[in-house]
Amino acid sequence: MHKFLIRSFVSSLVLLFTLTVAAVAKDVKAAFVYIGPTGDHGWTYQHDVGRKAVEAAGFKTTYVEGVPESADAERVLRQLANSGHDVIFTTSFGYMNPTNKVAKEFPNVKFEHATGYKREHPNVSTYAARFYEGRTILGTIAGTMTKSNVIGYVASFPIPEVIRGINSFTLAAQKVNPNIKTKIVWAFTWYDPGKEAEAAKALIDQGADVIAQHTDSTAIVQIAEKAGVYAFGQASDMDKFAPKAVLTSVENNWGPYYVDRVKAVANGTWSQKDTWHGIGDGMVVISDLDSQMPADLRSKVKKLQADLASGKVHSFTGPIYDQKGNLMVAEGKTADDGMLAGMMTYVKGVEGDIPK
Amino acid sequence: MIKIVKRDQPSRAIFFFTPVLAIFLTLVAGGLIFFILGFKPFEALKFFFIVPIADKYGFSELLLKATPLCLIAIGLSFCFKSNNWNIGAEGQLTFGAIVSGGVALLFYEQEGFYILPIVILAGAIGGMLYASIPAILKTYFNTNEILVSLMLVYVSKLILDYLVVGPWSNPEGFNFPETRQFSDSAKLPLLFEGLRIHAGIFLALAAVVISWFVFYKTYLGFQMKVSGFSLKTAKYAGYKGKKMIILVFLISGACAGLAGVGEITGPIGQLHREISPDYGFTAIIVAFLGRLHPVGIIFASLVVAITYLGAETAQIFMQIPKYTGQVFQGMILFFLLASDYLLFFKIKFIGSKK
Repeated sequence: MHKFLIRSFVSSLVLLFTLTVAAVAKDVKAAFVYIGPTGDHGWTYQHDVGRKAVEAAGFKTTYVEGVPESADAERVLRQLANSGHDVIFTTSFGYMNPTNKVAKEFPNVKFEHATGYKREHPNVSTYAARFYEGRTILGTIAGTMTKSNVIGYVASFPIPEVIRGINSFTLAAQKVNPNIKTKIVWAFTWYDPGKEAEAAKALIDQGADVIAQHTDSTAIVQIAEKAGVYAFGQASDMDKFAPKAVLTSVENNWGPYYVDRVKAVANGTWSQKDTWHGIGDGMVVISDLDSQMPADLRSKVKKLQADLASGKVHSFTGPIYDQKGNLMVAEGKTADDGMLAGMMTYVKGVEGDIPK
Repeated sequence: MIKIVKRDQPSRAIFFFTPVLAIFLTLVAGGLIFFILGFKPFEALKFFFIVPIADKYGFSELLLKATPLCLIAIGLSFCFKSNNWNIGAEGQLTFGAIVSGGVALLFYEQEGFYILPIVILAGAIGGMLYASIPAILKTYFNTNEILVSLMLVYVSKLILDYLVVGPWSNPEGFNFPETRQFSDSAKLPLLFEGLRIHAGIFLALAAVVISWFVFYKTYLGFQMKVSGFSLKTAKYAGYKGKKMIILVFLISGACAGLAGVGEITGPIGQLHREISPDYGFTAIIVAFLGRLHPVGIIFASLVVAITYLGAETAQIFMQIPKYTGQVFQGMILFFLLASDYLLFFKIKFIGSKK
């Protein structure tokens, strides 16, 4: 009896201890700063899906939406850091300088900045996704499905991220159809349904029968639906906005990374990193393939997806030439991350010049 | 029975009372909206209007936010008092920031006491140049200044876009749309260690004092007032209308340009695409809420500044959508315009015997 009491006492103590540790670990609070509204069905929407995954994993989260990249960003960050948040995800490029500035003042708070390159303090990490891998898939589909051999591409800003996407897309399309041309319209916005729609219309008028986009609204797929041409969803599965036009979407899947990083903070194992994940790590996800695509194309795409995930296929495998015919990547070689990060030249087959 | 009677003269007491009434009604309506959304109304209002400014840092942020609003609204009051509808302060702010940012970039990695004054002056000149376009078009070609000044806002933002994406983008910045960071000599000094409030607030205070003097102590102020009441009277009195129109636009543009300078050489420290969360438009609300009176504008800019800060706090602590801040700004203007009805009409309660 006596022994039993002691044993149960000890075991309950152990249980209590484990519970307390678990409770302490779960006490980590994560904050998310968004550039747009959570209902944009694009960039911010997908980050918020990621935040919900963190909640589902048992952590408390806070978010602030529509934070302009003006002087306001710094105040929001400081307020979040000041109000008991242990890790703060800043999900737009323009938060780069404010993130590093506030991180200096709060060395105990971890900062995770999406799509930037500055990690000035040990508590700042950066992360981004290899969306270009998804664009290799889209290019393959576009090159196969086009009849006019003109593919339209609505681009946002002439930065390496976007140029890389255009190149990856065009290279993949050329591989299945050497005659295609990619026409670009620069919208100079990440999210402006009006401007994006105009750009899409202009491309369709120029004969494009497949439209790809590197902007975030659903306007382009809706224009494509009306015009009877094909399109691809950006950031989230946009199939429901244009069921006939959308062949597939490239989804940004931040959830696993967010859960992973918040857990690392909880376990005390968080350290500074520069993360660049693609299809293989599940940060880039290809939505369901539309049944309008021929069966052999669908199986080809599935295989390509698996090969990109395993690393058997690289989006930028030589020989790759630029518009003037200069060799960019030699035969048998692949572009390294340094080259990808600074990519500012079009490959052969893209029409026009990069705006300077 | 209730009867509505036209006043013989607009009531002066009510003139200064309606802004207070508008703010009160906004709080009531805001509380009601919070209640309908399922939040505790008093708690929500507390997080909206009290918590953000409860500490020293919060209060300094309030002043930081109110500075550009106050500065632009003072400038706008010169225009509005004299019947000139300058809606394009946002464009004048942007163009001022472009010119002053360009000058600041010329002094990249240089130090010297003379740099900051040149940078500030450049911003004021930029704003004036940009405001002179609607002014000249109005005086010599009889165009509508509302349309011209508004459209020029979008032009200025496109110019800024072009510059930060192209020729002025940071050479080490992987082509991202932003310029280099300005050198310390091109930045407004901070007033306190650890707070973001900067010397720009003195520009706003100077504008308040100067505008009060001009409005109430000078011939120009009198001319503006008369033109505001009746353009025909002003003409009859022989005022040189064209000169005055151009002058008030220049003053307004200079103030907006200086507000732009305050943002880029203050908390931002560089040029990029988003330098102002529409201060130029929000300042229109501030100007009217402050009754186009310099002191009124100070209070109005503080009230409107709080709606920005409060929206953030309410979302962080109560998960209230941040866009309620804009709802509050809209409600203030709505209730102000609605209660201005009382300026010209009074409500009479008449006994039922009659």
